[in-house]
Parts: sequence; C-alpha cells; structure tokens
Amino acid sequence: MTVLCLVELDGPEPADASLRALTLGRTLGDASVRAVVFADSANVPAAVLADYGVTDVYVIEPSTLEGYAPQAWARVLAGLAAETGATAVLAAGTDRGNEVLAHLGAITGLPMAANCTLVTPDGGRTHRIVRHRWAGLLFEDAVLEAPIALFTVATDSVAPVPADVANGAGSDVSAETPVSGGAIQVHVHKPELAEADLRVRATESPTRAGGASLATARVVIGGGRGVGGPDGFAPLEELAGLLGGVVGVSRVVTSEGWRPHRQQVGQTGTKITPELYLACGISGAIQHIAGCAGAKHIVAINTDPGAPILAHADYAVIGDLHQVIPALIAALRAR
Amino acid sequence: MDILVCVKRVPTVGGKIAVTPDGQEVDTRMSGFTISPHEECAVEEAVQITERLGGSVSVLTLGPEVAIEQLRDALALGASRAVLLETDGREFGPMATAAAIAAEVRAHGYDLVLLGNEASDTGDYQVGIRLAHELGWPVATGIKNLSVSPGAVVARREYRGVEEAYELALPAVITVKEGINLPRYPSLPGRLRAKRAAVERTSVTWTPEGLRKESLRVPASSRHQAAVLGNGVDAVPELVRVLDELGILSRAGDTS
Repeated sequence: MTVLCLVELDGPEPADASLRALTLGRTLGDASVRAVVFADSANVPAAVLADYGVTDVYVIEPSTLEGYAPQAWARVLAGLAAETGATAVLAAGTDRGNEVLAHLGAITGLPMAANCTLVTPDGGRTHRIVRHRWAGLLFEDAVLEAPIALFTVATDSVAPVPADVANGAGSDVSAETPVSGGAIQVHVHKPELAEADLRVRATESPTRAGGASLATARVVIGGGRGVGGPDGFAPLEELAGLLGGVVGVSRVVTSEGWRPHRQQVGQTGTKITPELYLACGISGAIQHIAGCAGAKHIVAINTDPGAPILAHADYAVIGDLHQVIPALIAALRAR
Repeated sequence: MDILVCVKRVPTVGGKIAVTPDGQEVDTRMSGFTISPHEECAVEEAVQITERLGGSVSVLTLGPEVAIEQLRDALALGASRAVLLETDGREFGPMATAAAIAAEVRAHGYDLVLLGNEASDTGDYQVGIRLAHELGWPVATGIKNLSVSPGAVVARREYRGVEEAYELALPAVITVKEGINLPRYPSLPGRLRAKRAAVERTSVTWTPEGLRKESLRVPASSRHQAAVLGNGVDAVPELVRVLDELGILSRAGDTS
C-alpha cells in the first residue's frame, strides 16, 4: 500500500500543517508514506520528512514546473498515484492543499473529503473518516468509498508527531537530540504537463504586511468589539511585539472596518494554532471559537464574567482591557 | 458582463450549535437561515462589477423550496434574476451540486461564475473547482481581490505573507472569501423588488456519492469554564505568573 502526501514548504522546512498531514497519513495501516514536494531538490527537507516516516520523496523542480499552478500540481499527483498504485492521496487542509485535492478529485472523478481529523481503512475501497463541518464546530462521521481515498487533514486538530516519537522509541529523547528517521529516497520527478493544466498559475509578490503570519504565530493577541474603535489597537500591537506575537481580531472588528480582514481569526478568517491566544474584549461568537480552538492556551480579558469566551478559555481576567493591557505591558517591561 | 452567483442556504448560528436527535442536521429550531458569508460577498462583488461594466447578475441556489428566501435576499442586494435548482431537501454532495450548476451555466451562458470559497456548513472546498472542470473553464479560489475587464480577470489572494495574482481569460469560475468587500445593506426599493421578483425553478435529482455522511456530532471540548485570575489591574501579577508558567515569557524574544 502506498500513501502519497503533498508537502508544502514554509521557508526551508515542511509547513507545520503538512507535518500534521504526514502524521495522519502514517496511520493508514502498514502504508509506506511518500511525499510530493514542489521545490529545488537541493532544498528538500529530507531529514525532517524521514523523521515523519516518509520513505520516498518525489521532487518536482522549478525547471519542470515553475511557481504554483493548482491544476498542474493535481495532474502531477494523479500521475504519481497511478504510477505508485497509491490507495490514498492526502494534503494539509490549507488553501493550497484543499484546492489541489479538489482539482485532483475533479480530474479523477473521485470524491474528496476536506479537513479530516481521523481516517481509518475499513477494508477494500472503504475508509471510515471523521471530518470537520462548520470549521470544526461539528464533526461528521462518514464513509469514503473510492479506489483512491482523497482527503485533506484539518490544520488545527492532529498534532504533528515524528514517527519514532510516536512509536515510543524516542519518548525520552530530549528536544536537542535529533530523532533519526529511516532511509529516505529522493526521486527527481519530471512529469509531462499539458498547456491547459498551466493556464492558471500564480504570480507571486511580497505583501506590504510582512512579519509573522497569523496562521503560524506562536502568540496571538486578539481584539474584539471591546477594543472600541480603530484607535484602540496600539496597546495590543505593543503587547504582541513584547511577546513575539501578532494581533488577530474578531469578525465585528473587520466588518466595522477597524482592521483589515487578513487579521480576522475565525471560520471566515484564519484558523490559528498558537501557544497562547489572549482574547481581549471578545465575547466569543461560535464562528470565532472555530478559529481559535486550536490554540494551546486561551486567556480571556473581558468585562463580562458571563461572556461565552470564558467557556472556551483556560484562564480569565474580569476587567477592562484598556486598563489591564497597559498594566500588563508595564509589568512585563519591569521584569 | 453576465454573471452567475451561486449561494447556499445555511443555518444562522450564534452562541452555540446543536445537532438534531437523529444526528443528521444542525438543529435550527432556535435559529434562522442565511446566505453563507463568503457568498454574500460574492453577490456584492458581482453587483459592483455590473455597476461598473454593465451586464446582469443572476443568483442561483440548489436546495429545497424554502431556499427561495436566500434568493430574495440576494435579489434585494442587487441581483436581477433568480434560479432555484429545487431538491427534495436531501443534502447534495459536491459532485452532484457542481453537475447541476454546470447544466444551468450551459443552458444560459455566462461570462463569469462566482461562488464562495467554501460553504460554512459542509465545508467541502470543491464545488467551484468541480464546476470549472465540468465546463472546461479556468478557476481561481479563495480570492480576496478581483479586477474584471471585458475579456479577462485578475484575481488575488494571500498565501504565507505572499500575494498571489492569477490572470484568467473569461469565461471563468472564481470562488471568493469574505474580506473581498463589505456587503451593502439591502435598500427598501431593493427589498420590494425582491419580494415581487419571479424565481425560475428547475427540479434536480439527488444522486449518491462516494463520500457518505453517517452522522454529525458536537465534539467534546477539552476546555471547561475558565479559571478567573482576578479583577482588573489587580489580576495582572497573577496573569504574569500564569504566562510565565505556560512558557510564554521565557521564549518571547525567539521570533523577534
């Protein structure tokens, strides 16, 4: 059995969401997990992929396919799936992962299950799956019946775990000791691509925003209606700077035009997975919870002890963020 | 410029979400219904495009008869024609949905089809892409900025701090995300016009797909009620202690 996983890169490393996808992909029985990476072969993070149980990497170099072209990426996966006799093809549930797998579904005429948290082979062409609906507010138990199971893995649910650690062998290995993976083979793959597959292709340019990305930030300072207006965010930005984090906001903040939509945390914005989410003046609509439930720790600052966010937070301070945040900044600066 | 916008009727959920006793649907006894948020922006975008370039905005939904309510909502925002692909109330999968929309597109002819990037309820992330493949049209998804000229569109989105721009020849399929615009509130004349407008109805037949829902459930939360650290600024020393204990302060400088 072969399982193919599209791996996205974040700089020189595999994207966190792709490591989560590999962790799930590895659980599909005795399958060998093979990664598909679009990059220069000199930049393939083979050691990390080996740690995550990958036996083979197929590399599609820029000389073969320059830039991101979703339908072409799907065509490459379709070709490799046929070549390797794959029983499953998966990707992270990112914008790109969901997009490429949807193209693959359309190309092959097969169903695709987006944002799964559990996939279990159930004999023959059947897999039992659990997937997100309502951005994870609901779980769907479903059956996926297809000669090749196509699915993406929710970016905020499955924890990324290296293979040896998962097997128990590395359970007492400290973070400084590299976990050695098995042998890994890197294949430079040169697929034939049709003109039609390349007609939609991204032209990339850096955005003016820059800085740490909301989706992968280690600390997110959230601001909601309680911030009061577009001028109230300076203390939140300052606190985010002190903690090495970024500012995220609730839907009302973007629909009021106080902050740009790209800073929105929630079902229709960004799903975050930080160590700390500090939710300030955010009541906690369920669509917002869908975006921040993947945070390791949630601390709420709110004037209302009955705010729904408190039912989803680990800790809370009952008070006005306009007083608490400056005092917190002063206390941190005094340390 | 003739534009088709596809919208979906979804439950309005606010404070909590619950499932019916049979585990098959969201419990909507205490809630209303609305157009899925990305799609409301798709309607607004289409109206803005035709205000600039001329043409027409048609709005389509696939669903039971009651989904006409969402078609009228879109008509009130400025769409001029409404099409109901009428179901018997069963949930259509993404393949059957795309096939049914493709039939309408072939029958009527459009320059541009707009959809939401994903429906807020099922979150399948694929109807627009499958539709484009059915039609043989180019497609771009998750779009948050759209420039339309008579023969082509430039569609933009962000990916890991990088802006991606896609140039597509028309006709094309574009799926958009909230943030591409701020939808207007319907005007009173718009509402009155929407109330009287005719809705074209076509029956569509449910077909099974390889992905089959068995049941829905609310996931067990690992979190319960928050531990209150204190009130106002008096709580700050305790808050600092907790942040330190969680390891947030020791590594604060790591990413700077």
